[in-house]
Amino acid sequence: MSSNTAAAHDHTHDHTHDDHHGAPKGLLRWVFTTNHKDIGTLYLVFSLLMFLIGGGMALIIRAELFQPGLQLVNPEFFNQMTTMHALVMIFGAVMPAFVGLANWMIPMMIGAPDMALPRMNNWSFWILPFAFTMLIGTLFMPSGGPAGGWTLYPPLSLQTGNSFAFVIFAIHMLGISSIMGAINVIATILNMRAPGMTLLRMPLFVWSWLITAFLLIAVMPVLAGAVTMLLTDRFFDTTFFSAAGGGDPVMFQHIFWFFGHPEVYIMILPAFGIISEIIPTFARKPLFGYTAMVYATASIAFLSFIVWAHHMFTVGMPLGAELFFMYATMVIAVPTGVKVFNWVSTMWRGAMTFETPMLFALAFVILFTIGGFSGLMLAIVPADFQYHDTYFVVAHFHYVLVTGAVFAIIAAAYYWLPKWTGNMYNERLGKIHFWWSVISVNVLFFPQHYLGLAGMPRRIPDYAVQFADYNMISSIGGFAFGLAQLLFAFIVWQCARGGVKATAQVWEGAKGLEWTLPSPAPYHTFDEPPKIDDSVVAHGDVAH
Amino acid sequence: MTHADTPNPNRYFVPHNAPWPIVGSIGMTALLAGAAMSMNGTAAGKISMLAGFAIIVVMLFGWFGQVVKESVNGYYNSQVDTSFRMGMIWFIFSEVMFFAAFFGALFYARVFMVPWLGGEGHGVMTNALLWQGFDPVWPTNGPAAVGGGFDTVPAFGVPLVNTLILLTSGLTVTMAHWALKVGQRRSLVLWLAATVALGFFFVYLQAEEYIHAYQELGLTLGSGIYGSTFFMLTGFHGMHVTLGAIMLTVIMFRAAKGHFTADNHFGFEGVAWYWHFVDVVWLGLFVFVYVV
Amino acid sequence: MKNQNIVIVSIAVLAGMLLAVWGMFALGDNMPRGVTEFSQTAYDLHMLILWICVVIGVLVFGAMFVSIILHRKSNGVEAAQFTHSTKAEIAWTAIPILILILMAVPATRALILMETSEGAEMDIKITGYQWKWKYEYMDTGVSFISSLAQDSDIARQLNSGIDPTTVDNYLLEVDNALVVPTDTKIRLLLTSGDVIHSWWVPELGWKRDAIPGIVNTAWTSISEPGTYRGQCAELCGKDHGFMPVVVIAKPRAEFEQWLAQQPGYTGSDDVSALAQDTADDMTTSPEVALAD
Ligand code: HEA
Ligand code: HEA
Ligand code: CUA
Ligand SMILES: [Cu+2]
Repeated sequence: MSSNTAAAHDHTHDHTHDDHHGAPKGLLRWVFTTNHKDIGTLYLVFSLLMFLIGGGMALIIRAELFQPGLQLVNPEFFNQMTTMHALVMIFGAVMPAFVGLANWMIPMMIGAPDMALPRMNNWSFWILPFAFTMLIGTLFMPSGGPAGGWTLYPPLSLQTGNSFAFVIFAIHMLGISSIMGAINVIATILNMRAPGMTLLRMPLFVWSWLITAFLLIAVMPVLAGAVTMLLTDRFFDTTFFSAAGGGDPVMFQHIFWFFGHPEVYIMILPAFGIISEIIPTFARKPLFGYTAMVYATASIAFLSFIVWAHHMFTVGMPLGAELFFMYATMVIAVPTGVKVFNWVSTMWRGAMTFETPMLFALAFVILFTIGGFSGLMLAIVPADFQYHDTYFVVAHFHYVLVTGAVFAIIAAAYYWLPKWTGNMYNERLGKIHFWWSVISVNVLFFPQHYLGLAGMPRRIPDYAVQFADYNMISSIGGFAFGLAQLLFAFIVWQCARGGVKATAQVWEGAKGLEWTLPSPAPYHTFDEPPKIDDSVVAHGDVAH
Repeated sequence: MTHADTPNPNRYFVPHNAPWPIVGSIGMTALLAGAAMSMNGTAAGKISMLAGFAIIVVMLFGWFGQVVKESVNGYYNSQVDTSFRMGMIWFIFSEVMFFAAFFGALFYARVFMVPWLGGEGHGVMTNALLWQGFDPVWPTNGPAAVGGGFDTVPAFGVPLVNTLILLTSGLTVTMAHWALKVGQRRSLVLWLAATVALGFFFVYLQAEEYIHAYQELGLTLGSGIYGSTFFMLTGFHGMHVTLGAIMLTVIMFRAAKGHFTADNHFGFEGVAWYWHFVDVVWLGLFVFVYVV
Repeated sequence: MKNQNIVIVSIAVLAGMLLAVWGMFALGDNMPRGVTEFSQTAYDLHMLILWICVVIGVLVFGAMFVSIILHRKSNGVEAAQFTHSTKAEIAWTAIPILILILMAVPATRALILMETSEGAEMDIKITGYQWKWKYEYMDTGVSFISSLAQDSDIARQLNSGIDPTTVDNYLLEVDNALVVPTDTKIRLLLTSGDVIHSWWVPELGWKRDAIPGIVNTAWTSISEPGTYRGQCAELCGKDHGFMPVVVIAKPRAEFEQWLAQQPGYTGSDDVSALAQDTADDMTTSPEVALAD
């Protein structure tokens, strides 16, 4: 401890009160750092790595499904890939990416020197590599990794071999990390805003994260409880999920989805925030309906707690429950619609330009909405009896997750890369990346709607021959989309290495505190709280 | 930016680097991987668990030691204090949700599942085809009478005593707070000592009750849904009481050393909140697990 | 010039979307209309919602493309600065609500119908196992196991070298199909012997989970004789993809003949009589279903 304080002295002594002093050097900088920008970078790099690994697993899935018959992997391994692909993408790629963006941007957007609890911030990140080593490591155990789907339904998940306890504990660690991250975000937003940065002047990205953080703290512990019960059912004779002992396998599903449904909004609300930053910038026009956007986000979050059983329409719930969950789910279309309409109205009569972040944002609006439409179709119970557990569902959630969450993350990366690195990324390559992605992703996922409607169940390694054509098309799209993401990794790497120097404002229409800082943003920013006046506020409700 | 070498209570304190989190991650991994290995019957698991536990203890001492030192040396301003408070409040909220999962399981089982298994409403065919003759009364170990017959712990014995103990401890910790506010360190320490004693006494009685349940009542974790919910809820609660009592002990020593002043004592308050939370959870347990 | 390109691209995108949806019908890869009242209601609802979504989509994306084409900086436009329009905001909150109500009404009606198994003439118990189905014709003594047909099973092995297209009904054929009478209200009682499975035949209109320890009910009445194929629709382990469902619907007389020839047959050949005892006291009327 004393050596640590000494180390802190070493690099701060002569720089005291110097806003522009640089970062400490060496590898340990990254391990011990408490700087929100460093931690943000760690999260983002980790997330990209996980995206490639999770994507690699998706490609194994798509390769096996390229044609009927089993050619590459046996069914056990296929199921492990499905399970692990989802866990890695959700907990390793999408969630950490949003936390990374929160770390980088929230302090700069609200005029804070750092996150509220910087040491805990470091811990939130540094749990992840350990947790994922444990999780992905189970694939190499003799009994193989978990193969019961990411939803871990018992009794099937209880048949998992030796990897089971490791998986459960890895999930506990991920939960602890997320909860600490969320606590930090809330404390930062509520306690660290510069004077004058009232709640209704905050950028929408900050708003959406505030609400997301609340969701995280409310549901991650519930997931922890659910998997703990799985663990005791497996190892300590409890019968939570066994009817013979008075429990119920379906009860797990209720508890899991009480977490799981808010979880999917955890993966989309920050994306909404990002899109609400990008569209006004490139439309050169204030966000339409700022306050409505805030309320819509809050309503979605609220509703997300009372719709969970729409994942369980086929388990044989009482009719009253089925009706309730159908109605509640349908209602979510209203606040989500408000968001979509407000984005379109923001574009309306703007003066738009179409740099890469804007292109991804526009694609988001369309493709997320398509995913939302299929979600609404799934909410209709009698029809869901047909859709459930088919590729129609797979198509639905990849539209909202890949062309929704992931596209928003990519848009955010292009949007803020110049601020992070001080260099412009290669716009030409960015555009190529966009068009390549947007075409291939539709080739990848659109045919899956047809597959589902035609009757192909999900989570199967092999299928009847009438599904062959669309699967082949989908797989081709998958490989093309994967390749495009390697291009993305290259563009990011290239931008970090150098390039045309970025100005402070970077984008002509950009407004908000982060754009008042030089590019790259200095290691320490806002040591002194900035002055907030309406001219720098991005699109808060300045009328109030 | 206030640096570690210049205490400046008017600026926000941003600590510069911290080795403790990574130590914590290593400890956590060793502990949990060890636990997983033990569950799989690997002997080395125990060693890993112990090592992990030890590392976590070292981490806690190191980390909190550093925070205490910074606090005592006046690095923290009121904004930092607020951050800590928010951190603690939301942490407690997450704990509430953790317990909510188990309470949810209890309510679901009692209100829906057991009656269904007994053939009510929605469960007609389930009962008729699979569990005919099952009498759906709580407490139950299910239609297959998993784990054999058992008796329950009567609410108005030890559990009632434990309720009184915890309620009293809530009172004593409030007295301690009051003493702290008027600057009476001696009575602060004494009230804290009383709280700690009550806390550990609770744990002791709870342990006795568990032994009794296992050895004489036949009530175990394996006693169907009743045993499952009973031990999970009271067990996690007991762990939290133990943790809270340890935290109170630390706070007691810090109080004795004079770490807290009448208007700067977040450490104390955070633990006191935690203690009240543990208290409230117990009330829920007492009502829904033992009485109703 | 550049503008014109954009117009063309945008129109192409919109057209592409319409084409894709239309392609669904053209290629026949839509939800099957099926052969029961349910499958037809599900289909009608599916088409209704789909078209509503297509219309909303065309409007929303249309507005967006108009904006993208006209309101671009390269056209030399100056950005407007408006930020609200209460009228518009009320409209696009209220109209979707109305549309949703429009969807909810038929959905509710269909659902109530589907969940009411009153007056079933015949009971079949279906039990899922890893990885096969067991069918029992209640009170007739007839029961058998149904698993993946052998030629499919051989062809589906890793690197079997057999081209799946040469196998009849690859993965959708069983050794013993479930035979049922047409125009008969059949109640299906679903459960499982191990993990959760889901019994699904698209042409019959729904799937329902087979859960260990629980009996789920569903009912069907098939109007056309024929062979209908489906699959297990809940991940149930490594061979989840290899437990198909085949239902052969025969006219009532033919069915009765078939049933009487089955090994173990003990019951009367009057299907309507044999289910009556269970059907009477154990049906779920809408009121009961809503009450629990
Ligand atoms: C980011 C993630 C995300 C998001 C945002 C959503 C959004 C929605 N989802 Fe989705 N969903 C998932 C991720 C997501 N989902 C995942 C991962 C699964 C599968 C999990 C698994 O089983 O593994 C799933 C599964 C799933 C199911 C279960 C299907 C099944 O298994 O049978 C259902 C059923 O109701 C559903 C519904 C919805 C609805 C109604 C929305 C709504 O929020 C959508 C609202 C949006 C719109 C409707 C579009 C915009 C609105 C307008 C333009 C306004 C006007 C429109 C109308 C009035 C129609 N989802
Ligand atoms: C945010 C979440 C997320 C994301 C981003 C994705 C992205 C993708 N998903 Fe995933 N998916 C889920 C969440 C997600 N998915 C979930 C929750 C399930 C359900 C699981 C379950 O049933 O339990 C699922 C299931 C699922 C299935 C169904 C499996 C089944 O039912 O058996 C399929 C099949 O096509 C699929 C495909 C893909 C593809 C092709 C991508 C692509 O977008 C991926 C693109 C990226 C790449 C391809 C990476 C590029 C890298 C390389 C080319 C180099 C390779 C490098 C190394 C290996 C180091 N996913
Ligand atoms: Cu049985 Cu899937
Ligand atoms: Cu959901």
